[in-house]
Amino acid sequence: MNDRPILSVTGLGARVAEEDQDILKGVDLAIRPGQIHAIMGPNGSGKSTLAKVIAGHPGYEATAGSVFFQGEDLLEMEPDERAQAGVFMAFQYPVAIPGVSIANFLRTALQARLENGEELDLFDFQELLMERMELLRMDPSFAQRAVNDGFSGGEKKRNEILQMAVLKPALAVMDETDSGLDIDALKVVAHGVNTLKAENPGMSVLLITHYQRMLNYITPDVVHVMVNGRIAESGGPEVALGLEEQGYEKYRRAQVA
Amino acid sequence: MPSNEVIHGLGLDDYKFGFVTDSEPVFRTRPGLDADVVRQISARKDEPEWMLKRRLKALRIYDAKPMPQWGGDLSELQETLDQTYFYVKPQEQMERSWDDVPENIKQTFERLGIPEAERRLLAGVGAQYDSEMVYHSLKEEWESRGVIFDSIEDGLKNHPELFREHFGTVIPAADNKFAALNSAVWSGGSFVYIPPGVELETPLQAYFRVNQERLGQFERTLIIAGEGSRAHYIEGCTAPVYSTDSFHSGVIEIIVNRDARFRYTTIQNWSNNMYNLVTQRALVHQGAHMEWLDGNLGSKLTMKYPSCYLMGEGAHGEILSIAYAGDGQHQDTGGKVIHVAPNTSSSIVSKSISKGTGRSSYRGLCKVYDGASNAKSNVECDALLINETSRTDTFPYIEIDEKSASVGHEATVSKVGDEQLFYLMSRGMDEAEAMALIVRGFIEPIAKELPLEYAVELNRLIELEMEGSVG
Ligand SMILES: Nc1ncnc2c1ncn2[C@@H]1O[C@H](COP(=O)(O)OP(=O)(O)OP(=O)(O)O)[C@@H](O)[C@H]1O
Ligand SMILES: [Mg+2]
Repeated sequence: MNDRPILSVTGLGARVAEEDQDILKGVDLAIRPGQIHAIMGPNGSGKSTLAKVIAGHPGYEATAGSVFFQGEDLLEMEPDERAQAGVFMAFQYPVAIPGVSIANFLRTALQARLENGEELDLFDFQELLMERMELLRMDPSFAQRAVNDGFSGGEKKRNEILQMAVLKPALAVMDETDSGLDIDALKVVAHGVNTLKAENPGMSVLLITHYQRMLNYITPDVVHVMVNGRIAESGGPEVALGLEEQGYEKYRRAQVA
Repeated sequence: MPSNEVIHGLGLDDYKFGFVTDSEPVFRTRPGLDADVVRQISARKDEPEWMLKRRLKALRIYDAKPMPQWGGDLSELQETLDQTYFYVKPQEQMERSWDDVPENIKQTFERLGIPEAERRLLAGVGAQYDSEMVYHSLKEEWESRGVIFDSIEDGLKNHPELFREHFGTVIPAADNKFAALNSAVWSGGSFVYIPPGVELETPLQAYFRVNQERLGQFERTLIIAGEGSRAHYIEGCTAPVYSTDSFHSGVIEIIVNRDARFRYTTIQNWSNNMYNLVTQRALVHQGAHMEWLDGNLGSKLTMKYPSCYLMGEGAHGEILSIAYAGDGQHQDTGGKVIHVAPNTSSSIVSKSISKGTGRSSYRGLCKVYDGASNAKSNVECDALLINETSRTDTFPYIEIDEKSASVGHEATVSKVGDEQLFYLMSRGMDEAEAMALIVRGFIEPIAKELPLEYAVELNRLIELEMEGSVG
């Protein structure tokens, strides 16, 4: 039972909508419930594109292959349906929504998950939000700030994880959440993710990163190296350590050859 | 023979709420306008001679002035005017029973979450309801403090001197063509007087009063805020106004005396066939503070620029406005601030949303007279476009004859971005909810100034509107 992947990506090709060139050129990936997978890879290799295709960004289109999430064909679903099914993406570059407070935003997001006619219990919501902010060492007043509006790089990343902690996804795709975080913030965020994981051991994580340091705190089960729109290598945590030493040179050479 | 009028409807985008009724007005003037019609109006209201003379003079001014060639498209207005009944006896005008109100309109009210009692009022059902009781107890309290809050007709009858002293002093008939028209045929509106030093906690709400006498098509309001007084007047409602008229031309005159603070809030949602041309102006005296909070939704064309004439040293004027232009609608709105005295300050914040083929224009004037030393003015206008077909323009006029003045103007245009929509949808909101949240965020700085129940209604209304914007 536990061997059935929660997410299975097979031969996935994808491009920017209406463009000719594929960015993803046949990605294969299977994440089982509770697993943590890391994806590393050079700039421009397609990591964010993969994340966005999984989340359903309308600016990209799949050209080949399939993406199944808990047995459902994700590519047939709208972004909001994917979110409601349990997919969450922490953005590499989150956008600002002026005038909409974090609290209001999250309340609306939770309300959207309820059946028609059902009303979110505001007291419960407030409690959850405050508890999550405490977990991520955020000042309660932060909930009143407009989403990402004027946030520092680190604040934006922390806000993404706050959303994740409130929305409690089954699959969290974290796109470079570690970039822009200072050392202390990195520990706080990692602790947050690990706590969520402890609360819900079935939660799976797809963690996109450039650095080993994140993986020191969140231990991956599998590490993939993505190069030029494909997974060039997969292995255990040692793969990441190897990259730290040698960079991507050997993959590049392999491609030229 | 009963008239068989099509009652046009409810402001929400598709104009789907028109319906037919058989009510017969008790009295109305014949269509169109001339001196005879004006005499009839005055006679019906049993007015003093001076008022009749004023009306007739205003009519001559109206006839002499050409249609404005700026602002919105008024080319079809004359035709509408020729068919307009300039006076319909108010009580009978909206007499209708709740059962006659079509189901879809009732549903809209329900979806807007409007209390039952208020729905009846909005649907023009002249039933008695609870707020009348509320109004009466408030009225007693106000009266005990010397506050006058009456219909404009009763104001003229019961307080002739006060009325005559101020009527038409802020906006003379000659001000513009539609002010002249209103001065000739006005009917309905409020007369408010707040004695010096009196501070009112509870806002004066027009809908308490118009319950008994509906807001006129040519409404006229005169407000006098005494020295050092404080009050807030609220008019209108975000629910669609449901009316036989296709032309609304109001005049609102406010005098804010020394050190007084006054706020006038109006939110209106007109039906799509409506020309809404309103002149509203405040004279702000020394150390006094005036705020216009103005929300314009619906209508075919709205031209409305609340203004503050800062007459005395240290006077302050503020204009906050929200305009929403849906398909086929044009909101030409903004504000005017006129600095006459030293150390006066003003600010205009205008937010517009255009959806579908809607168009919103910001039109503003900031004038600083020579001698208004250290005058400060700041204008910020932000436009949000929902679709590719939506349109917005800005027409800021700035005239400064005083070297020490400082005037700032900032304008932004934004589109609802795909990235924003995707971000919200990736958190589980559907496209309409996402759109509504973005729009609500956009108007937040102004919506937070509204009384809670109005802000809630406005939000709901935006939600309804956004449902039709996607797909
Ligand atoms: N919307 C877009 N329009 C044009 N090109 C795009 C778009 N999105 C991605 N690309 C291109 O696709 C390639 C992969 O981009 P992607 O953002 O997925 O890379 P990445 O692996 O996340 O890189 P980084 O490590 O720098 O974040 C890049 O060459 C990028 O320029
Ligand atoms: Mg990236």
